[in-house]
Amino acid sequence: MTPDLPAILARLQAALPAAGLVHLRNPGPAAQDSLLVAHDSLVAVCQTLRDTPELAFDFLSNVSGVDWPEPAKADAVAVPPEGTAPAAGGFLEVVYHLYSTARRCGPLVLRARTLDRQAQVFVPSVVAVYRSADYQEREIFDLFGVIFTGHPDLRRILMWEEFVDHPMRKDYVAPDDYEYEPTPHDAVLEKAKLHYPAKPEI
Amino acid sequence: MAIDQKLAEDLKSQGVHVTSFESLINWGRSSSLWPMQFGLACCAIEMIAATMAKYDMARFGAEVFRPSPRQADLMIVAGTVTKKMAPQVVRLYNQMAEPKYVIAMGACAISGGPFKDGYNVLKGIDRFIPVDVSIPGCPPRPEALLHGLMTLQKKIAKEKLMGSSRARHADPNGPGDLPVPAFGPHDLEPTFNPDVWNPPAITRDASES
Repeated sequence: MTPDLPAILARLQAALPAAGLVHLRNPGPAAQDSLLVAHDSLVAVCQTLRDTPELAFDFLSNVSGVDWPEPAKADAVAVPPEGTAPAAGGFLEVVYHLYSTARRCGPLVLRARTLDRQAQVFVPSVVAVYRSADYQEREIFDLFGVIFTGHPDLRRILMWEEFVDHPMRKDYVAPDDYEYEPTPHDAVLEKAKLHYPAKPEI
Repeated sequence: MAIDQKLAEDLKSQGVHVTSFESLINWGRSSSLWPMQFGLACCAIEMIAATMAKYDMARFGAEVFRPSPRQADLMIVAGTVTKKMAPQVVRLYNQMAEPKYVIAMGACAISGGPFKDGYNVLKGIDRFIPVDVSIPGCPPRPEALLHGLMTLQKKIAKEKLMGSSRARHADPNGPGDLPVPAFGPHDLEPTFNPDVWNPPAITRDASES
């Protein structure tokens, strides 16, 4: 069962009047709307969603990261209400999928966004509310570079400790370790051409 | 030293077996290959299936998967080797006692497979450790693993224990521990062991555009 997002939003706004919650519309065939949650209210919103008996979102199924170097593309898939000013620059986004096993309903999609992609890459950790967020937040920190404030053990989880950079960011450039490919094509062919020796003289 | 086949047959009919120490030792080694018990990805599931009753790797004397590298003769690299895992695989190889053999099972262990261009996938374990048999497939079926094992047994049966072409484990000046790669800021350092493997040279002919 898909949760009734306007009703949940109204209930959250009644419980947390100061929470900056925005209903983002999904124009695609899935029509899976989501709630954009401001940083300072994220943990309180999760706490309310979990502990209010009528909501009872007791299960955080998934936490994923998204890199949006161009904010217009984010606004195309998660459409903000009319009159919202578009974001000035790119940002990183963390998406939470909440389910209620008690009410057999879900997913409720929450989004939290960083201020930019370079310095202000902070999002509060929800590990205190949902323990299952622990490793997934570490993975997002590892691959996207989102720093989860309040996480008990924020270390890399997939890449090694000495690794620098965050490989799932769209502007990540892997080291050029091209060696040989018997049948190169597409992107690999472009890479291969950079390594071909000079064409022999005829 | 060759044995007269006719004489050997005659003696066999009298109940006397004649063979060379080399054949005997190689027969013993190839018939009791104890693999190391470790799997890295989905190929390991096929490796497990190969040991179970339906495919029964025990028929080839290789069912005793050892949980310690000290007791293992054969390392079956079954699955994707990530760059994070590669130093541990090399370290385990170093901990195995000679004679030791390596089977690279599946596309990933051979070349990186479908993940070759990934940022965290090693493009083949043969970059760091010498591989005796490569089994292509994604994943290879248990029959393919059995065929790879039999190929290795045939290879062991031909090993020389003396002379200039003797096997690595019979050579006192053979290589010792292989260097374990270190974690660098983006890749392993070094990215391959030049004593074991070198990248193929890229050649072009004039007809190419």
